Amino acid sequence: MELNALMACLSSSSCITGQFFNTLIIGMLLFLVASGLTLIFGVVKVVNFTHGSLYMLGAYFSYYVYRITDSFLLSVLGGSIGVALFGVLLERVFFSRLYKSNFLMQLLMCYGWILVLDDLMKVLFGAEFLSTGMPAVFARPPMIVGGAPFPVFYIFLVTVAFLVALAVWLLITKSSFGSKVRAAAVNTPMTAALGINTAVLYVAVFALGAGLAGLAGALAAPVRSIVPGMGSSILIDSFIVTVIGGMGSIGGALVAALLIGLCRTLGSVGFPLWTEVLVFAIMVIVLVVRPNGLFGKAEAA
Amino acid sequence: MKNASVLQTLAWVAAALIVLAVLPRVINSRMVLDIIVHVAILGLFATSLNILIGYTGLVSFGHAMFYASGAYGFGLLMQTGQCSIPVAMIAAVLGSALISLVVGLVCTKTKEVYFSFLTLAIQMMFYSLIITWKDITGGDQGLMGGFAKPVFLGIDLTNQDHSFYFITMVVALSLGLLWHITKTPFGYALRMIRDNSARVEFLGMNAQGYRLAAFVIAASFASVSGALMSSYVSSAYPNFGYWTMSGEAIFVIMLGGLNTFLGPVVGAAMLTLLNHFVTEFTEYYGLVLGAIILFYVLVLRKGLLDILVARAQEWHSQRTKSKSI
Repeated sequence: MELNALMACLSSSSCITGQFFNTLIIGMLLFLVASGLTLIFGVVKVVNFTHGSLYMLGAYFSYYVYRITDSFLLSVLGGSIGVALFGVLLERVFFSRLYKSNFLMQLLMCYGWILVLDDLMKVLFGAEFLSTGMPAVFARPPMIVGGAPFPVFYIFLVTVAFLVALAVWLLITKSSFGSKVRAAAVNTPMTAALGINTAVLYVAVFALGAGLAGLAGALAAPVRSIVPGMGSSILIDSFIVTVIGGMGSIGGALVAALLIGLCRTLGSVGFPLWTEVLVFAIMVIVLVVRPNGLFGKAEAA
Repeated sequence: MKNASVLQTLAWVAAALIVLAVLPRVINSRMVLDIIVHVAILGLFATSLNILIGYTGLVSFGHAMFYASGAYGFGLLMQTGQCSIPVAMIAAVLGSALISLVVGLVCTKTKEVYFSFLTLAIQMMFYSLIITWKDITGGDQGLMGGFAKPVFLGIDLTNQDHSFYFITMVVALSLGLLWHITKTPFGYALRMIRDNSARVEFLGMNAQGYRLAAFVIAASFASVSGALMSSYVSSAYPNFGYWTMSGEAIFVIMLGGLNTFLGPVVGAAMLTLLNHFVTEFTEYYGLVLGAIILFYVLVLRKGLLDILVARAQEWHSQRTKSKSI
């Protein structure tokens, strides 16, 4: 325990702004992954255990595109669109056949995909840690705000994540596509009876969710190490986020992702060994007190 | 009726013990005996998980936690040099049962998907504790230095034959106990909870209590298998408690058949053999295993023993039908 370090940090304003910014970085990246997960669960009603692997796939895709084109913009686009297309394949060929079978089958299929994708990346890119490296555009001295250094890339990352979050929120709450999606989430057969093609809707939601995971992977590629199996820790974290926030609630995912981000940031300063335990403890407490999460709706009896 | 069921169980266990006693005399290959030991341990682990999944309908994704707690509990007690093997094993199992009681109290409050998440999360918490607490667990290197295995009751676990007998017989006895449990009224109450938990409550039974009891029983037998593994390899490793271990056990159950008591053991044999042959040919074990899982999910969808049992029943009913005509 280094609680003195935590106390020292909390009494300096530059350290507080720095940690606040770190919270945003971890939280928003996590939100991108978790929002896709919660969206898919809310509408399609399947738990996508491959979501961490989709994040990994996004990182590898963008690494590959960046190596070829040397353009960061293209690599981010390639990462998110590539993974969205992969999500379409996953939904059409695999998930759609299992909607009617039990949870155990879906779980097992995802387990199979995780194994396959991890090893496939090992075959294609090797088992070593890879990194895209900082794109030239962002290789500038950090901005100083409130005495704390803010690297330009991280500012970009947080901004993009916020804009995407806003766009997804607008899409779901304001557009006609969004109202169809919300209708399908409440009652799919009824929505289909109204003449809306719910099969297409499911594919679209799956692609959107997968694309968000891919985007997060692509954004993380310059600053995190890319390695097979990198998805499993973010998978666990995004499950914690969706469970705390409430399955299917995007607003809940945002709050929970920032909460976990805060927990991890403060933890890395004050109690590095116990951060994991604290994160899981929060989840356990939330599940016991509010089994449907902070913003989840109680199941209809 | 009840005595008959107990006698039947005892007869099966006795038969299994006789076969196991003869095996090392017949089979000269160390490798085959080694595979049998691995099948036995994985089989017991998966069968204990199937008490939750197949019988009670609780899909736990965190069962490996108790495998690890049994293995580490046993290994750490042996490393003190103060314990005999049976004492360490019993203490490790009792300790794991106690942990599972606390974990179960929290987890059995939740249902379905949430139960899976919660067990998964607590398992990962346990795993990160093992990794972090290097002074005691040796972190990701596993228990450092192994441990001595003193002779007890004339059994010397450093002797490979003795080790084979000890492990397979403990597994056979544990499976017998589990089988007996599934035949008791308690076992039938678990199936009722799986099929319709609300009705169980209407009958005035405490479904929550039954779930908790099933959780503790399953965890205790998982820790027996973990302790056996630890005694076999003279160590314990963090991946004993990693989520892939739980995933593997779920696959084993599905592969062998979750509606038949011995299904998980058959699945364990299938996976262990597969493991053995695939790793000989390629280092990309996950790719092959994953592809087989996807094939299973899309095409087979039923465990081997479940298919065989269904066939046998069909054949049997056809025969009795033709007789009655």
